[in-house]
Amino acid sequence: MSAGEPILSIQDLKVYFPVRGSGFGAARPLKAVDGVSFDVFANETLGIVGESGSGKSTVGRAVLQLLKPTAGRVVWLGQNIAGYSRSQMKPYRRQMQIVFQDPLASLNPRMTAGDIIAEPLDTFEPNLSAVERKAHVQEIMDKVGLLPQMINRYPHEFSGGQNQRIGIARAMILKPKLIVADEPVSSLDVSIRAQIINLLADLQTEMGVALIFISHDLAIVRHVSHRVLVLYLGKVMELAEASVLLSRPRHPYTQALLSAAPVPDPEIERGKKRILLEGDLPSPTNPPSGCVFRTRCPIAQAKCAKEIPALEPRGGEADHVVACHFPS
Amino acid sequence: MTPVLAVKDLSVRFSTPEGPVEAVSGVSFDINLGECVGIVGESGSGKSQTFMTVMGLLATNGKATGSAKFKGDELVGMKIDKLNKIRGSKMTMIFQDPMTSLTPHLKISRQLTEVLVLHKGMSERNARARAVQMLDRVKIPDAKRRLDQYPHEFSGGMRQRVMIAMALICEPELLIADEPSTALDVTVQAQILELMQELRAQGNMSIVMITHDLGVVAGLCNRVMVMYAGEFCETGAVDQIFHDPQHPYTRGLVGSIPRLDRPGEERLTAIRGQPPNLQHLPKGCTFQERCDFVFDRCIAERPKLLGFAEGRAKTCHLKGFGPDKEVLR
Repeated sequence: MSAGEPILSIQDLKVYFPVRGSGFGAARPLKAVDGVSFDVFANETLGIVGESGSGKSTVGRAVLQLLKPTAGRVVWLGQNIAGYSRSQMKPYRRQMQIVFQDPLASLNPRMTAGDIIAEPLDTFEPNLSAVERKAHVQEIMDKVGLLPQMINRYPHEFSGGQNQRIGIARAMILKPKLIVADEPVSSLDVSIRAQIINLLADLQTEMGVALIFISHDLAIVRHVSHRVLVLYLGKVMELAEASVLLSRPRHPYTQALLSAAPVPDPEIERGKKRILLEGDLPSPTNPPSGCVFRTRCPIAQAKCAKEIPALEPRGGEADHVVACHFPS
Repeated sequence: MTPVLAVKDLSVRFSTPEGPVEAVSGVSFDINLGECVGIVGESGSGKSQTFMTVMGLLATNGKATGSAKFKGDELVGMKIDKLNKIRGSKMTMIFQDPMTSLTPHLKISRQLTEVLVLHKGMSERNARARAVQMLDRVKIPDAKRRLDQYPHEFSGGMRQRVMIAMALICEPELLIADEPSTALDVTVQAQILELMQELRAQGNMSIVMITHDLGVVAGLCNRVMVMYAGEFCETGAVDQIFHDPQHPYTRGLVGSIPRLDRPGEERLTAIRGQPPNLQHLPKGCTFQERCDFVFDRCIAERPKLLGFAEGRAKTCHLKGFGPDKEVLR
């Protein structure tokens, strides 16, 4: 999968948010993303998994320059676009699109499905005739499984799953090279989730688009992704091919995530010995020294508090990198 | 032995601007002593409303008919002061979002001890000691100090532990947990589920676990009831539901979850379409529009929940599915 040049290369990305001081000393910035690097190749799905506060959504938004990175490079087809202004970003917008978690909230309630889907066309190809415009809209509606007669309906007339299809159609209509899907199925019912997951996989095969699939659900990420990146408190813990990450996780956090996810099988669940992490995510305004995971890590040692572990292959395969002093 | 909770022909109707909606239509079931029962369904299936009715927490535009008996006492239509003697003490409920279920301007100590003083007539001092014990039991570190903190000083997982402590402090016979781990992160969800498992093993308390997540049910429950469009569509022991589902909807649900333990499977078997509008339910089976095995009888006649094997029941006109998952008509 990782043959050739990446279409997107994120290098040492940092996104800090200013936080007002509490009156005791200087304000510390909230380090939402703190030195994240990864590549995305054409036609692949890179899964980003993490808990709330891990910085996964911030990474997605920083890729699209919807948030300006504090530092680091966002290299899109050889061009560093980090810090680009709205107008500078415009030519790139048609190549990279986003699908949001809450489909209803991300669609304008006063626009019809057809107009919502056509909006990117109106922006980038304003000279299309009405007939061509409609043809484009209907073609993509068909691809995402919306019926032609739905074109004049409003978002409130659709179910959550159908609204997510509209959001996907809007993202796909310009045939982008990359789509960032930020928790695209989390707000949907279980039986609808599978439909949307299958749809994204089909569209990828058919239209050849790279996906950054962001989710807190490891099972879903594993299912849709070729490679999976595990984030914790703004840092990459582990990055590997999906099947490798699942069968041979090397970072204790990945191992804990895997064992924490409930498996829909009574025998496995009853027999399972969970690796229980203690406590909650530390505050990103005051991350632990050294390895950020050490406060919850079952195998942490003195070294972990002093040195920040680098993201390296650590004796494993070259494309399986882990940020841990004591990987298994 | 009388069941802890016996529900018979319970229906819940809401009057809405668009007309009446039947959220729960004539469900009957028992919860026995010491049992842990999973209620699985999607949003709008009626799983929460069934138990909101049991707790007497229906919204004002809702009306319940039928019967729900807690150890022989009829709950439907019970006077509020009598109901208040049961709920919060012998029968308690925890909710999905611990922040909105705790009162933000009261210390945890007050919220925990109130029930003891009210229901058990304990002195403040004894109630406080008991509250510390309880926080210890749900594994809140440094319980004595944290007792005098406010809800906002706790993290999401810790708040849910406080909720559980509140629900357990009067030693209820029935605990109803409505999506208790859904709002939490995976690693914190694992902690809460582990705690629930321990509680289940410790006492002779019955637990009802309401959830949309089959994974949560798998490790915890011994019996599962699957709800669809206001009715139970399949009920049975947990292993049967997962390994040999006999209703097409249950089969669809089990097949539509990505599995971490089965890396080979590339495509999920999605259920097509979407849940029906409860205001315009078809005459026949409520699942007919999404079912791959629909035949003329499904359109003509609504199937009843009928037993088909020891401890199992389903609402389906099909004979079932064979050992190789082939359909038997």
